[in-house]
Amino acid sequence: MNEKVLMKGNEAIAEAAIAAGCRHFFGYPITPQTEVAAYMSKRMPKIDGVYLQAESEVASINMVLGAGAAGVRVMTSTSSPGVSLMAEGISYLAGSDVPCLIVNVQRGGPGLGGIQPSQADYHQATKSTAHGDFHILVFAPSTVQETVDLISTAFDLGDKYRMPAMVLSDGMLGQMMEPVVLPEPKEPDNDSKEWAASGHQNKRAHNVVNSLYINPQELESLVIARYERYAEIEENHQMAEEYLADDADIIIVAYGSSSRVSRSAIDAARKQGIKVGMIRPITLWPFPKKVISKHAEHAKAFLSVEMSMGQMVDDVRLVVNGRVPVEFYGRTGGVIPTPKEILGEIVRINGGVQ
Amino acid sequence: MFPLEKRVTVVCGHYGTGKTNLSINLALDCARMGEDTVLIDLDVVNPYFRSADYADVLTRNGVRVVGPNFANTNLDTPSLPGAVRDAISEGERVIVDVGGDDAGATALGVYSRTLMEAGPDMIYVVNRYRSLTTRAEEAVGILGEIERTSRLRATCIANNSHLKRDTTEQTVLDSMGFAEEISALTGLPLRFTTAPRRLDFTRLNKISNIYPVDVHVRAPWE
Repeated sequence: MNEKVLMKGNEAIAEAAIAAGCRHFFGYPITPQTEVAAYMSKRMPKIDGVYLQAESEVASINMVLGAGAAGVRVMTSTSSPGVSLMAEGISYLAGSDVPCLIVNVQRGGPGLGGIQPSQADYHQATKSTAHGDFHILVFAPSTVQETVDLISTAFDLGDKYRMPAMVLSDGMLGQMMEPVVLPEPKEPDNDSKEWAASGHQNKRAHNVVNSLYINPQELESLVIARYERYAEIEENHQMAEEYLADDADIIIVAYGSSSRVSRSAIDAARKQGIKVGMIRPITLWPFPKKVISKHAEHAKAFLSVEMSMGQMVDDVRLVVNGRVPVEFYGRTGGVIPTPKEILGEIVRINGGVQ
Repeated sequence: MFPLEKRVTVVCGHYGTGKTNLSINLALDCARMGEDTVLIDLDVVNPYFRSADYADVLTRNGVRVVGPNFANTNLDTPSLPGAVRDAISEGERVIVDVGGDDAGATALGVYSRTLMEAGPDMIYVVNRYRSLTTRAEEAVGILGEIERTSRLRATCIANNSHLKRDTTEQTVLDSMGFAEEISALTGLPLRFTTAPRRLDFTRLNKISNIYPVDVHVRAPWE
């Protein structure tokens, strides 16, 4: 077992990807994510890997598509505006059934926005990453250690279901330093993907990786088959942490950095005797519907806490489906809510709970 | 113990060894002793967790903070004000918090002549638990890069080994061999070892020159 070391979230993303056997990184620098690329630029040449700073995010994601189509573990990393630029390529990856890892260390938006942390890309990550009928896997770590752990899960599930996976971090988790234990490194596996366009060497038929279909019926049946896979993922891979939720009257739903702030607020509220708990989604797609639905049977109110104007709250409302009120508290533009602000919301909601 | 000997102290080291937290502690201790203290935030690399972010607690306690023009804003445009050079020459105590590695030390190089005239202490901060510098040779390698880029020479080592909230007395004790090895390899004296003030100092006091520090640099929820 590796010893505990201090790592910045962004460095941990890079080292965890290398440990997961990733040897191909294409990207373009953007704050607050740049340490991922900087770290990869130092490490990849030492381990026979490829680090390439492309001329733009558009180029990066298309290089990811190419490497992924050839069957290797590949990733890119960026921050919010960069994902917008990658949209077309992500749709092509999904439409070509090519797995890859995309890391978004979110910053304030819209537009150029700012470099402070944000969670305002929830809708983009889970619903409208780009054009067409498709989903990508979305993982939302809340600690540097969990970031490390989810990187390999994201690669593995992406490979298993042949689809892009995203780790949705934020500037705070990317920049902060925490103790981590790195996993034992895995050797790269470049040969096990039978569908990969990696050279047939006259031993098999051509593999074609493509997202263009001339015949609409053919495209429709492919999309339907893909949605059958998505249903299987929704059934089997929802992930969430429940924190003091079993006896809770009020349940906060929060992920990433806002779940860290919420946890402090919950601990303070519990000291005042308020029965409050948390469901912390770890997968944002598939959304952890089962666990939220279960707690909607006993909770009297839900509160979605986000660093946005309210995006995930829509999904919470869909799951709760009118059984109890679902409220929202958030800060945006790069501002992190304080434990005191969230405690204020808990106390306010508790005043209305009978 | 109070570890500073010169009017001007430059704090440099690998990314994430805890330079900013140490600089804040040193500056606050100087101000507490009634000295006119300036903390210069020279970090043009890190967007978050920088000295200028803690200007509130520093100014409240009498420390003047000079930092990049757009520190702690949404602008990713690190530029240093002219006041930096003046600040090095002024003040009874000057602490210079430098960005990590040779990249961070580039900004230090700009002021190398002014600094040399002041005859500063340059503290090289090490952390036994910081990834990529957990071995003494690795830490020594980065010092060489920092000295080349900054055109300044380190004068001593500060052992700031910690694991954030997981730091125990044993964490600090286990780092002493590492710090002494760096001292031997570089020929620089180990000036002091830090430990979070919350720890039990009965065991730690056997370390010579132990410097208790408060944890100022932390996430908003901590």
